[in-house]
Amino acid sequence: MTTPPPYRIAIASGKGGTGKTFVAVHLAKMISTSASCTLVDLDVEEPNDSIFFPEMELESRLVYKQIPEWNEERCTLCGLCSKTCKFHAVMQLGDSVIVFNELCHSCYACSELCPNDALPMKNQTLGTIGIAKSNQLTLVESRLKVGEEQAVPLIKKTHRNLQTEVNKTDYILYDSPPGTSCPVVAATKPADLVLLVTEPTSFGLNDLKLAVETLRKTQKPMAIIINRYGIGYEDVEQYCEIEKLPVIAKIPYSRKIAEAYALGHIVTESDPELLSQLKNVVDFIKLHRNENA
Amino acid sequence: MREIVILSGKGGTGKTLVSASLAAVGAKEAILADCDVDAANIHLLLQTKAVKTEVFYSGELANINQDDCISCGRCMEVCRFDAIGLSNQQYKIEDAECEGCGYCEKVCPAQAITLKPRRSGIVYVSDSRLKMPVAHARLDPGADNSGKLVAKVKDEARKLARAENKEYVIIDGAPGIGCPVVSSLAGAKYVLFVTEPTQSALHDLKRLHTLLQKFKPVTGCIINKNDLNAEMTQEIKLFLKENRIELVAELPYSDLFAKSMIGQLTVAEADKQMFTEFEKIWKKIKERLS
Amino acid sequence: MKIVFTSQGPDMDSQMDSRFGRAAYLVSFSSDDNTVVAISNSEVASEAHGAGSATSKKLFELKPDVLITGNGPGETASKVIKLMNIKTFANAHDMTLYEAYEAFKQGKLKELAL
Repeated sequence: MTTPPPYRIAIASGKGGTGKTFVAVHLAKMISTSASCTLVDLDVEEPNDSIFFPEMELESRLVYKQIPEWNEERCTLCGLCSKTCKFHAVMQLGDSVIVFNELCHSCYACSELCPNDALPMKNQTLGTIGIAKSNQLTLVESRLKVGEEQAVPLIKKTHRNLQTEVNKTDYILYDSPPGTSCPVVAATKPADLVLLVTEPTSFGLNDLKLAVETLRKTQKPMAIIINRYGIGYEDVEQYCEIEKLPVIAKIPYSRKIAEAYALGHIVTESDPELLSQLKNVVDFIKLHRNENA
Repeated sequence: MREIVILSGKGGTGKTLVSASLAAVGAKEAILADCDVDAANIHLLLQTKAVKTEVFYSGELANINQDDCISCGRCMEVCRFDAIGLSNQQYKIEDAECEGCGYCEKVCPAQAITLKPRRSGIVYVSDSRLKMPVAHARLDPGADNSGKLVAKVKDEARKLARAENKEYVIIDGAPGIGCPVVSSLAGAKYVLFVTEPTQSALHDLKRLHTLLQKFKPVTGCIINKNDLNAEMTQEIKLFLKENRIELVAELPYSDLFAKSMIGQLTVAEADKQMFTEFEKIWKKIKERLS
Repeated sequence: MKIVFTSQGPDMDSQMDSRFGRAAYLVSFSSDDNTVVAISNSEVASEAHGAGSATSKKLFELKPDVLITGNGPGETASKVIKLMNIKTFANAHDMTLYEAYEAFKQGKLKELAL
């Protein structure tokens, strides 16, 4: 019998601070009690899922991007590279050529179009991918190097690296970066299902709409989790109804949860209401998986 | 003209509500710029009405002219972004993947590829409920959030401030710690951090502070939800002291923030005590700038 | 001595532009013969990324001894400026180029260690 491919769920949110990480770490804990589960933290600028798993020690390895390196001896100072680069990452200044690593998109144009092979591509550290395993749970953390500004290449690399490594896992959860711009699109790309975490406020609704608009373009099935439910704003639910987006959990607004979260604690054990809401999410995921198998 | 930038790094600390509340107390002497373009929200609180809109382009996008294409496939070979696909014997650019590097344009033997400007959002100049003009923007879904859009919003705000003779520009800065943040910082006289007592918020605060070393603006900090984790709050205070960042205010955890959003008001307008609190904050900032 | 200012306008009466990469103009002033040369930087200001790098190329072509600006250049531009051995003075905000020049002569501007 062949094992089915892993089922991939991305957890995203338009607005930052809605509780995306909260949902991701709790779901990972819960799913891993009955199936193998890999949690991938793709919030590469600020990955902090690992704070909630202090007992798991990440084993990290470096991830590289390719950037050109100037070879002075071969260069004839023709200036083609400087003209070719759309990102101002390669510049000829007088009789030298400078490469600005942070600006380079690794398109290879300057390197391969150089008539004298004077800009061979070299490895440059982009960030790290850390992996930790504990029973059925695997934690993967993708972390951008400080000063590196492009999140998308690292997210794509992480996806590619994981293809071979986590094929045997039942579920993969991606904790996506916040916002609605290109890193989110890259992070959610392999997902079979996207869970959007929002909050019942006008800000939450506005950013949810933007996130839905972004993800509709990718034709991903989506479901909504409302966090901090109960502060009395119903427009989010109305919107979901009109847009036919299933609301699969409503996590109560509670100071206790906020406190525990601030301390970096997992809170399900002490909170039956939260537990039952998260169970709804897990049931929905399993159902969705079976329906689409 | 003096620019005050409000930053938080991590989302959800209350940065936008602080920016809007400062605008509410300082409406007579300030212009507001919402540079949080990836998830712009201030316009909701201030019920803005656009008086000027401008489509915004950033970077470029490759385009294949099918009439000229000889289907040699050279473009697909060189593209490192998997942005060129072959369907029904036609080579096509996938807009979302294309980074506009122009390599395909350079190697196309039939000159069938051109680069055109990429639409990335809309910039607005609006009137608001506070009788104060607001400059803001909306990034297109999935577009690249560049420093250029942030710079454009700030430019519009500066123009407004000059035209209306206002002394201050209040800037709701970009989230995170990347390129858009650097853009929102350019020209800042005062940077106000809004943080909360969590590990990740403090971590971001430290990284933002490192980023500021080169700009050297006056800095202040508001600790929001200060009673959620007393130990962490102490740690933040220590950090502020060591780095000579003024602790401008501490605000307790309160559902007032969420409630005021629902009433579509700023916190300062929703609650008398908060209004006084924000008047004090505004006064402190102005004093440090004079 | 040749000094380049980041400026909002093309002459010495213009206001300083605090930005480096997205400055509206680079104005070059030679104290030897009092000549002023202005270069518009508007096409760079509209670049999505890499404005600092593009502007520093122009700076390189002007070959100044000193750069006077507001916030100070970003990381990318700093590398180029360092390479060119240009002394950089920042914190020239809210003043005209003349005023910035006077402040520089009186040693009131801070030299940046790039």
